[in-house]
Amino acid sequence: MGSTNSTLSKIPNVEELVQETGFTPAHIVRLYDRFEALDKEKTGHLRPQDFGAINRLAINPIGDRIIGAFFSPGQETVDFHSFVRILAHFRPADKKRPKDPSMPEPVNSRTSKLKFAFQLYDQDKDGKISRAELLQVLRSMLEMQVTEEQLESIADRTIQEADLDTDDAISFEEFRKSLEKVNIDHKMSIRFLR
Amino acid sequence: AQPLSEWAFTRHRLYFLTIGLVLLNLPCGSYTEIPPKPPGTVTVLPPVTPAEGPQAFPDAENSNLPVFTMNYARIQVPFEVTLWVLLASFAKIGFHVYHKITFWVPESCLLISIGLMVGAIMHSVHEEPPAVLSYNVFFLFMLPPIVLESGYFIPTRPFFENVGTVLWFAVVGTLWNSIGIGMSLYAVCQIEAFEVQDINLQENMLFAAIISAVDPVAVLSVFEDVSVNEQLYIVVFGECLFNDAVTVVLYNMFNFVAEMPEVEPVDVFLGVARFFVVGLGGMGFGVIFGFVASFTTRFTSNVREIEPLFIFMYSYLAYLVAELFSISSIMAIVTCALTMKYYVEENVSQRSCTTIRHVVKMLGTISETLIFFFLGVVTITTEHEWNWGYIMFTLLLALVWRGLGVLVLTQIINPFRTIPFNFKDQFILGYGGLRGAISFALVFTLPDSIGRKKLFVTTTICMIMFTVFIQGISIRPLIEFINVRRTNRNLETINVEIHSRLIEHTIAGVEDLCGQWSHYYWKDKFLKFNNRILRKILIRDNRAESSIVALYKKLELQNAMEILDTVSGDINAGSSIVSLQYVYPLSHSSACFLSLSLSLSRSLSLACSLSLACSLSLSFSLSLLLAFSLSLSLSLSLSLSVSFCGLVTLSVSLSLCPPGCLSYTSFHIVHPSSLTHYPFNLNRSDGYLRNPEGFGLGSIYQG
Repeated sequence: MGSTNSTLSKIPNVEELVQETGFTPAHIVRLYDRFEALDKEKTGHLRPQDFGAINRLAINPIGDRIIGAFFSPGQETVDFHSFVRILAHFRPADKKRPKDPSMPEPVNSRTSKLKFAFQLYDQDKDGKISRAELLQVLRSMLEMQVTEEQLESIADRTIQEADLDTDDAISFEEFRKSLEKVNIDHKMSIRFLR
Repeated sequence: AQPLSEWAFTRHRLYFLTIGLVLLNLPCGSYTEIPPKPPGTVTVLPPVTPAEGPQAFPDAENSNLPVFTMNYARIQVPFEVTLWVLLASFAKIGFHVYHKITFWVPESCLLISIGLMVGAIMHSVHEEPPAVLSYNVFFLFMLPPIVLESGYFIPTRPFFENVGTVLWFAVVGTLWNSIGIGMSLYAVCQIEAFEVQDINLQENMLFAAIISAVDPVAVLSVFEDVSVNEQLYIVVFGECLFNDAVTVVLYNMFNFVAEMPEVEPVDVFLGVARFFVVGLGGMGFGVIFGFVASFTTRFTSNVREIEPLFIFMYSYLAYLVAELFSISSIMAIVTCALTMKYYVEENVSQRSCTTIRHVVKMLGTISETLIFFFLGVVTITTEHEWNWGYIMFTLLLALVWRGLGVLVLTQIINPFRTIPFNFKDQFILGYGGLRGAISFALVFTLPDSIGRKKLFVTTTICMIMFTVFIQGISIRPLIEFINVRRTNRNLETINVEIHSRLIEHTIAGVEDLCGQWSHYYWKDKFLKFNNRILRKILIRDNRAESSIVALYKKLELQNAMEILDTVSGDINAGSSIVSLQYVYPLSHSSACFLSLSLSLSRSLSLACSLSLACSLSLSFSLSLLLAFSLSLSLSLSLSLSVSFCGLVTLSVSLSLCPPGCLSYTSFHIVHPSSLTHYPFNLNRSDGYLRNPEGFGLGSIYQG
């Protein structure tokens, strides 16, 4: 289609994106349109304020963390490539892809998805979810429903359940293990991104 | 050798009991349940028996006071009902003596077999079985409990996530099946060799409408024990419940049409309009009654004993009112249960909650048992007309059309699903389409103007037997053989719950980012509406409770019960569960488990427990404090609790714990009225605890 091709030509390195993320060109065009809609000042980059303009994201309990996940550490803007790469985490896994140990882990595999979720907790990026980080997340999710002591008890119980090496924090392996019976591919996939 | 002979002895006793009961039931056949039989049914006139029981001293001339009298006629009907129910239940007990059998053969098959035997006995002595599967008795008394049970225990969250697929299969799938089977059967009828040319198109379509509907009773009894993955389960489950609307419409439409010489296009449009009335009307009635029931339970804090009654009465009312208007009563009662459950379980006391769940399950099980049992009995005692061609083709066509239907429909709906169905899922979906008693009851009530009614009855019975026996028995090995994705029902950890919620929020956020609507949007909207308006009206004590907190409380309670049950002698474990201690006003109603902390220390040689209970209120609220102090060293703990008018409870606990003592505990339960009924032997946390499911909790299968 004409508009697709013209839009495609505007995006640099489309083939690389398709290879890396597994999106079809049609999807990439759709995401590019969305990117442009968010980028009100047409700078080609998104800043945190642009994300904040999305109303429903602003009232999401962990909205700020989600926004933060798009920005690599140290960077203040997101370009289109990074935008697409992060969103590629939410593609449903390809069942037909053969397991090729030489290739890097695909972006939408179960492990990558789990890593993404883990990073939402682990803001200081030390590879562990400490009690304080867990408390922060719980507080924002449960808001005004519970008292501080209840929150602490819940956090304690959570850590106690998952923590196998008794370091009072949840590492990525423990995180992965606690979710081993959950169908992450189902829970962390967005339909239209197939 | 010892237990073996004991077991054999028990078996023999069971046999005698069963045979005794059967013999006892024999003379009862002719008088039970005399509903107005639809004209022209095939029952044989019962032999004449004396109208009353034997007279005492029939030829006594003098009028002495009779010492011993018998008046059977007075108690006859309830007595026979009870005996039949007992007989079916004994059969059920009997199966479970052999563990292996119930694993491989679903109970429905076993019950039908026993029913067949009983039917054979009754037939040989020319007795009539009670008319349990007649139209009125079946649809008014036997079916509602089962459907209520299914509706009450539906896992709501997966259901709402898959509601589109469920409705798609229920509506379009059933239509596809009916029309396909009807047309093909008509084509088959044209073949001269089978001698069924007198069945015209309308009659074929009517028959097809009856047998194409997947039956909830049969499906649930088979799928309950087989744990397929959640998506598959909920689609099969939902389909069989919601195809009732289509069946009702088609049945009525074709019934109406079969008596008319020709069909007009207007009738087809009216049929479609009627479908919407039936379906949406059913759901609407259900929702209305559900809300009314929830609203009523808001005010029942002083009449706890009759709380469960409201649930049953309102659901049954929903069913009956729907029947009154000839709209889909099954959908009405299912939606009523769905709506009611969430709000009612927050309003009623813990005991009422347990009672409701238990009674719903019990009634459902009894109904199901009786239905299958009588299916067997009636098979023998009705008159049959056998026609090889028609019956074989019906079986074949039903399978073929269902398979085709599933394939085509899945292809269309897969792009809309997050997890598409693969071929294995589709196979089980098609194979799991069992027919059951509803078809049978419907075929029995066909008008007699249809000449080949007996043939239809026979074919339906064959269909039911085939699907229940052959498909029902083989589905478990097949599932294991083709390795369908299974489910793990044991997902209740606080970690999973918290992380799942986080993921949900993430997905909702990312979807907003991409400017995409999905069902999370609707879910969010509904939850807001729910919290702001509905909960305020329908729930007495309106504190929004996150599913995380609810699950946490439930898990703590379970742990507490487990630990209390195992406190004895040498306990080595040193696990500690952290305590929650908080105080806020409690209303009378909610069985709120305030705080629990328990820890055991090693070497429990001296268990010294000090408990002090003190209550200062008019409303008999007790606060119970148990302090376990254990260890070899000394530890002293003193607790005092005071409650004011049952509303606020304050507890203060002081513990002196010298080094060496590992931990101390304090244990508080506060609940105004049911404290004595926090049975410490409630060690089975199998879902009979009030399950704070709500819309946010992961799928927790009950039981």
